[in-house]
Amino acid sequence: MNSDTTRPAAVFRAAGVTKIYQMGEVRVHALRGVSLELYEHEFVVLLGASGSGKSTLLNILGGLDVPTSGTVHYLDQELTASSDAELTQYRRKSVGFVFQFYNLIPSLTARENVELITEIASDPLNALDALDLVRLKERANHFPAQLSGGEQQRVAIARAIAKRPRVLLCDEPTGALDVQTGIVVLEAIVRINRELGTTTAVITHNAAIAKMAHRVISLSDGQISGVRENQVQVAARELEW
Amino acid sequence: MKKLDRKLLRDLARMKGQAVAIILVISAGVATFVMSMCAYASLASSQRTFYRDFRFADVFSSAKRCPDAILPRIEELSGVAAVESRLVYDAPLKVPEMTEPATARLISVPEFGESALNKVYISRGRMLEPLRTGEVVVSEVFADAHGFKSGDQVQAILNGRLQTLTIVGIALSPEYVIQVQPGSIVPDNKRFGVFWMSQRDLEAAFDMTGAFNSVSLKLSFGANVEQVIDELDRLLKPYGSIGAFARDEQISHQYLSEELAQLRNMAWMAPAIFLSVAAFLLNIVVARVISQQREQIAALKAFGYSNFEVGLHYLNMALVISLLGTILGTLLGFWMAANITQMYQRFYKFPLLEFQVDRLAVVSAFLLTTGSAVLGAWWSVRSAIQLPPAEAMRPEPPPSYQLTLLERLLPAGLLSAEFRMVVRNIARKPFKASLSVLGIAMAVAVMILGNFTLDAVSYMMDFQFRQAQRQDLTVSFIEPATSSVVYEVAHLPGVLDSETMRTVATRIHYQNRARRVGIMGLDSEPRLYRLLDRRERPVQIPAVGVMLNTKLAELLGVNLGDEVIVEVLEDKRPTVSVEVTAIIEEYAGVNAYMNKQHLHALLQESNVASGAFLKVDSNRIATVFNELETRPGVGSVAIKEAVIRSFRETVAENILVMRSFIMAFAAVIAIGVVYNSARISLSEQSRDLATMRVIGFTKQEVSTILLGEIALLTMAAIPLGWGIGYLLAAAMSSGLDTENYRIPLVVSRTTFALGAAVVIVATVCSGWIVQRRIHDLDLVAVLKTRE
Repeated sequence: MNSDTTRPAAVFRAAGVTKIYQMGEVRVHALRGVSLELYEHEFVVLLGASGSGKSTLLNILGGLDVPTSGTVHYLDQELTASSDAELTQYRRKSVGFVFQFYNLIPSLTARENVELITEIASDPLNALDALDLVRLKERANHFPAQLSGGEQQRVAIARAIAKRPRVLLCDEPTGALDVQTGIVVLEAIVRINRELGTTTAVITHNAAIAKMAHRVISLSDGQISGVRENQVQVAARELEW
Repeated sequence: MKKLDRKLLRDLARMKGQAVAIILVISAGVATFVMSMCAYASLASSQRTFYRDFRFADVFSSAKRCPDAILPRIEELSGVAAVESRLVYDAPLKVPEMTEPATARLISVPEFGESALNKVYISRGRMLEPLRTGEVVVSEVFADAHGFKSGDQVQAILNGRLQTLTIVGIALSPEYVIQVQPGSIVPDNKRFGVFWMSQRDLEAAFDMTGAFNSVSLKLSFGANVEQVIDELDRLLKPYGSIGAFARDEQISHQYLSEELAQLRNMAWMAPAIFLSVAAFLLNIVVARVISQQREQIAALKAFGYSNFEVGLHYLNMALVISLLGTILGTLLGFWMAANITQMYQRFYKFPLLEFQVDRLAVVSAFLLTTGSAVLGAWWSVRSAIQLPPAEAMRPEPPPSYQLTLLERLLPAGLLSAEFRMVVRNIARKPFKASLSVLGIAMAVAVMILGNFTLDAVSYMMDFQFRQAQRQDLTVSFIEPATSSVVYEVAHLPGVLDSETMRTVATRIHYQNRARRVGIMGLDSEPRLYRLLDRRERPVQIPAVGVMLNTKLAELLGVNLGDEVIVEVLEDKRPTVSVEVTAIIEEYAGVNAYMNKQHLHALLQESNVASGAFLKVDSNRIATVFNELETRPGVGSVAIKEAVIRSFRETVAENILVMRSFIMAFAAVIAIGVVYNSARISLSEQSRDLATMRVIGFTKQEVSTILLGEIALLTMAAIPLGWGIGYLLAAAMSSGLDTENYRIPLVVSRTTFALGAAVVIVATVCSGWIVQRRIHDLDLVAVLKTRE
């Protein structure tokens, strides 16, 4: 993208991304030629039903998976041409992940889960500051089993942003949570996007959440079925589903 | 501490039962290894120092009477560095409180100065003083067995004359580190003692002024031992030499070398067994942890932890366990080695025998355990490394099951659903199941190995002392006795039966090999001293030819029907060619036998006897013994029961110490394997089991599925373990096949049963512990857990 347009620079550029899985004897087309761009500081929702290919897309953007064909660029780095070690470095430096099922290490406390990441980052936040961003400083010494689902997800967010990633990728962050808890978690994500300017992509099948985003990209059957921009972003507190 | 390391420690703490079980298996292997190596180092260095500082000779020979004039010619032999001549006699001792016979080996020491070779170390009291009469220095084990101290007196019959000897010192000698009487298989410290006396005293008592009957040589570096022996024999032949021999035929040295060889054997055998079991356990435990932590692995990788870091994290789990096992095992090994060294101190007498830490052993143990842990864990860790992060995000696909062969063969209705689940579980991971079976089988095998020595020794004792030898007393005459002496002995009141024998020192040659051995001439159908074949059947003594025991036949490479050269080393010294007409089974010594009449003919002599075997009324053994002692011409009398008793005391004690260690280790393996297998089955199946509970199965039914698998594996392991145990016992039996004794391959039913019992008990205990966890299964959580 050009610097003289109103758009900020593109962080991700994906072109013609296709992913085919071999599941036993069945070939599954998870993605069928997806092309998109995600911009600096942007909050994007990838909306789609179960099986639309959105998780696969997120995994490819995050360097967890490689497409069968097509190219993906992160800034100047061509992820699709990167080695396994380069992808590891990319994830280590630039990406924060939030998973549907939190994937916290159960044997580490909230603070230690965050520190697990700050230890390998070059310019991280203080772990307690990261927990403070998700309003969980006072529960820092609790183990995951001692935290509610929403709290666990907020720890996961603190863990994801502690390294000051350029991008935050969230895979159904509220999928396992009730509405009230989900809202608290979404507020945390929005605050990160706003306060740290982290480019944020949230995957969801929940159309209500899409109202929070700058931009909504809809996926169905492995293809982009629509892109719309929200002129107004609805606050998480006002969402209903 | 790094957070990943903290996670490691907390994960380990959670699985502490399993970790401890593996740590114990590793420490058992390390302990045995470190123990053997340290005991080896202690014994070997004490031996080296003692031999060097007290100038243990390289070649030994004895003769009837050699003039001192021959000494310069011995010194001139090429390769000879030092020569020590002396007088050595065995004499009956009178020890007041003993009814049983004791023998003193009297060894002369120079009147002035000290011995050039085989020097004496005075541990208490003092050395003999010049020009004093009737003083002796006594070997420590004999003095301790009788509570003798300096100033005590003993009476010995020297050349037929009773003499009173005063003990002035207690001593050790490199020649008698372990004090075994020739012809005996174990030390008997009460009945055999070494006495050092002044040369002047012994010369006077045995009328040997200006002569000697024993000579020891120290060889120079690089000397040809065989050549020195040949030349020494040639020089001493006219003086009644019965053949020189090198250290490897010296009894004390032989025993010490055999003990050292055994320690070496144990040092590699134990780690081989225990560390392979530990490697297997680490493999299955780490594999299970990795499969449970798929999502954690996914998260770590998603956040930029590299494959190497993730792999190292799980490898560290194995390494921490193996390090703890090494530390515990090393300490345990030190403790065991200290114990063993203490036991050695009672049999092997050195000026200094101290427990020594073999640093190299500790380093080797560390490398061995680390190597085996890495090897064991690597196959599992590799799966964590190779797991693509995107795939790790998704839950593990359901395991694929198949109909087993058993189910295809049997009619559908015959097998219960529970049994099908058990069988399919085993069949799904055949490799893991086989290794579990092998692991449990090793516990059975180690147990058999631990008990087998006792079985074998009991069998050997029964074979040698009950089936073969049926006499109560064995009488040796000083000089070959005529039939009238024999008649007298045979008709002492209380003697029920008697038999005479003739023994003669010989060297038997076959091709380029030769062996010094006494040939014993026996009646053609002996009733008391019988020779048996492998199946315990009495062997009739052929009219002509020589009979060898299996060990001697093996040493010479002789087969039945071969012609050997018998070189008699006494009197007329004939050398004849004789056919080997029988090979007999014996578990002690290297021996040869002939028909007595044939031997007489060979020696061109009349019907004389070197000794007699007596069967005595059990109430009158003491009377007969006392009567025999007073008879002139009677050299020594051995009571068989006394020999058996001392054998039991020494050998049984030695074996019992080792056996208790081994049994404890077998239990450790059994529990380690069974408990870990059960825990892993529970962890793999807990969802299924909880689901079954939800749909109405009882706790008992659910337990059946879980424990059925372990029970089946244990049942399969027992016969396999019996087989492996038998093979290990065979390996040990051939490893202990020495000239002094052989351990027959005999494993009793009790030993087999004990082997099975230890794993059954381990299975029941592990089953009980794991089964309690079924009660704790969280039924609700199962329903909530995501797919």
